[in-house]
Amino acid sequence: MEYVIEMLNIRKEFGNFVANDNITLQLRKGEIHALLGENGAGKSTLMNVLFGLYQPEGGEIRVRGKKVDITDPNVANELGIGMVHQHFMLVENFTVTENIILGNEPTKNGSVNISSAAKKVAELSKQYGLNVDPNAKIEDISVGMQQRAEILKTLYRGADILIFDEPTASLTPQEISELIGIMKKLIAEGKSIILITHKLQEIMDVSDRVTVIRKGKGIGTVETSETDPEQLASMMVGRQVTFKTEKGPADPKEEVLKIEGLTVEDSRGVPKVKGLNLSIRKGEIVGIAGIDGNGQSELIEAITGLRKSKSGNILINGKDITNRKPREITNSGIGHIPQDRHKHGLVLDFPIGHNIGLQTYFRPPYSKGGIINYTAIDKKAEEIIAQYDVRTQGPHEPARALSGGNQQKAIIGREVERDPDLLIAALPTRGLDVGAIEFIHRRLIEQRDSGKAVLLVSFELDEVMNVSDRIAVIYDGSIIDTVLPSETDEQELGLLMAGHSREAAARQAEEGVNNHVE
Amino acid sequence: MSNRMINLLVPAIAVILGLLVGAIVMLVSGYDPVAGYIALWQGIFGDSYAIGETIRQITPYILAGLAVAFAFRTGLFNIGVEGQLIVGWFAAVYVGAAFDLPKVIHLPLSILAGAAAGALWAFLPGLLKAKMKIHEVIVTIMMNYIALHVVNALIKTWSGGGDKTDRILESASLRSEFLSSLTDYSRLHYGILVALLMVVVMWFILEKTTTGFELKAVGFNEHASEYAGMKIGKNIILSMVISGAFAGLAGAMEGLGTFGNMYTRGGFTGIGFDGIAVALLGANTPLGVIFGAVLFGSLKYGALNMPNAAQIPEEVVQIVIALVIFFVACGYAIRLFLTKISKKKEAK
Repeated sequence: MEYVIEMLNIRKEFGNFVANDNITLQLRKGEIHALLGENGAGKSTLMNVLFGLYQPEGGEIRVRGKKVDITDPNVANELGIGMVHQHFMLVENFTVTENIILGNEPTKNGSVNISSAAKKVAELSKQYGLNVDPNAKIEDISVGMQQRAEILKTLYRGADILIFDEPTASLTPQEISELIGIMKKLIAEGKSIILITHKLQEIMDVSDRVTVIRKGKGIGTVETSETDPEQLASMMVGRQVTFKTEKGPADPKEEVLKIEGLTVEDSRGVPKVKGLNLSIRKGEIVGIAGIDGNGQSELIEAITGLRKSKSGNILINGKDITNRKPREITNSGIGHIPQDRHKHGLVLDFPIGHNIGLQTYFRPPYSKGGIINYTAIDKKAEEIIAQYDVRTQGPHEPARALSGGNQQKAIIGREVERDPDLLIAALPTRGLDVGAIEFIHRRLIEQRDSGKAVLLVSFELDEVMNVSDRIAVIYDGSIIDTVLPSETDEQELGLLMAGHSREAAARQAEEGVNNHVE
Repeated sequence: MSNRMINLLVPAIAVILGLLVGAIVMLVSGYDPVAGYIALWQGIFGDSYAIGETIRQITPYILAGLAVAFAFRTGLFNIGVEGQLIVGWFAAVYVGAAFDLPKVIHLPLSILAGAAAGALWAFLPGLLKAKMKIHEVIVTIMMNYIALHVVNALIKTWSGGGDKTDRILESASLRSEFLSSLTDYSRLHYGILVALLMVVVMWFILEKTTTGFELKAVGFNEHASEYAGMKIGKNIILSMVISGAFAGLAGAMEGLGTFGNMYTRGGFTGIGFDGIAVALLGANTPLGVIFGAVLFGSLKYGALNMPNAAQIPEEVVQIVIALVIFFVACGYAIRLFLTKISKKKEAK
């Protein structure tokens, strides 16, 4: 078997920390090879070694059978290795072509020769079925298209080994299936692909083989056809993992949250939530499904008092909290796990104990007459740390030093312990690995079972499907439909999220139209 | 090498390095560094008078350092300490001279007037930042110039065209017969006690109160603080006001303690700007500010003796003092160097 890339017994240390401990990864010509591991397992380090950003302490790299020294990314480029980054490296107000030639501009008589480049980009786009307009500005095209521009960039530079870093993180289900088509086309044209991911279904759908790493160690390489998601998950985390969180039927009681005709504008004055209605009752989890940017953030910010609403009403237990101050709203019975835990959820430079006290410091026993009692705050923090399995050295460790999953567990502990009637969880598992996701889903369902209302916002369809009792689909600022998870599937949800009516969705599904046009 | 050892060694090595390079500068310029440093030492610790004057000099540095450090700890750059100090000085002297009250009322009232004036001068930049997101650095810098010239104009008006205010009444003075006689009739006054009390106040506000918790949270992350129900604007303004009050107190100490009046000025006192360095040298902690102020105050005062006792020109002295402070500020590099050495030793 011919290998295009062999990374043999790669070892990479940072001080005393071993990020890669004798990991071997062999990429066959013409295969899609998945690299699977939890956050912090060492996937990115390994790829950065391959891309020349880090020099390994041990092991060797062979490209097409020849031992190479990849001293910097330029060497990687010359060897035909290209990387499609998770966070796109694109200039928003440049065109696709301008972005592709950036740093490597073809010149004619001293000025940049855009037209010849654009022609070449168009040819490549056609050859691989990418359907990208070379003259479109990045800010005007969808996330999926932007990703294709990234792919084109590597192809333009002559890459025939492509590394995809978490490529589906921000794509809609339709865009994901299109991306899978593109990857297959690339293989058919003779390219080889390394796919970095922690999504098991994707691996099953698209890859030929999988290499799993855990805590910096190579666990092994398996043929995709000979494995299943359960085996991969247990290889990845080192124990059995349940995917579908067990839960009984919901038993909804009286209404907790009522939203009527809510309209909210973003910071530029553009209406993002348009006359939205929503109701959530005690003892149920309502999932908001939708593509990023359809008003989810503005909706939650309006409920929690972080953004003023233009019109409409928000009621908690019958009490009007529209445009009240955040403190008053949280005290009326709302817990909020914010979408961006680094921006809103935590003061990263504070110890984790202070962060756990962030919503309660102002009341006894944590303070009295303006004098704060850090001993009481830390004691409570220690309880929450133990109860919510937050892995930390203790309440005095800076929040910044904790991993994403543990930061999130601390936030959930903080919010749940306040015993709110309504718990809002916005993208609660974003960027987390299966172990942490499982934990968080269980906690949300526990809240529901203890009679709380839960509002879950997520871009992950399987999360919405698994956890919610009802799914409200948001599109262009309003709830366009409400469906039950038992009566829908990802295909239908995906179409609803793209703004189709349920009838149109059913018709499309019947006709077997896969190539949904944006 | 233990961490504690390194913590003690770093400032010591920094001062020695600064003195060494300073010595080279003096040698190259044709002066005797040994005589120069003896003069510096004598200027700081030579006799009880020198010690008294050095402590007097340290007093406003502590307060100016606290002002900068407090704002910094809450995410704000108060570059306007100089202006707040000037208005504080004037307000304290005005109250001290214009009213005739018993000392128990008059002295605290005059001190408070200084603090209030500084607070008010810092309130405006705080308000602009809170309400309109105007950067406090620009506003505070400009407020320094306004303070300087407004106060000059007020002094002229008050004195009927003269260049100095009336002297404060005895009932508003911080002067102390006791401290003065203890130090061979230096100008040492009770201000040092006020400054040390404020060190405790700053520590208490930041570490023991909910207000301090909020101020720090807002300084680190406005978004998370807003999410947690804190009022961002209120906290920004409050932080500037407290910082300005410390700065105003620094001015009050000069007015009520050292000078007893105020002259029109051709330029800034420099104490407010040095306060930035004092705060940074002290890592923006209350205790650290004392260390920074002691270093600044004693070097500044002791250096006055170098031209007299060792015939070293003022300009060279300034360079030497700047070098010492420069090396102390480079403590991080020294720390890195020490850690590396101790690691290598461990490896062996």
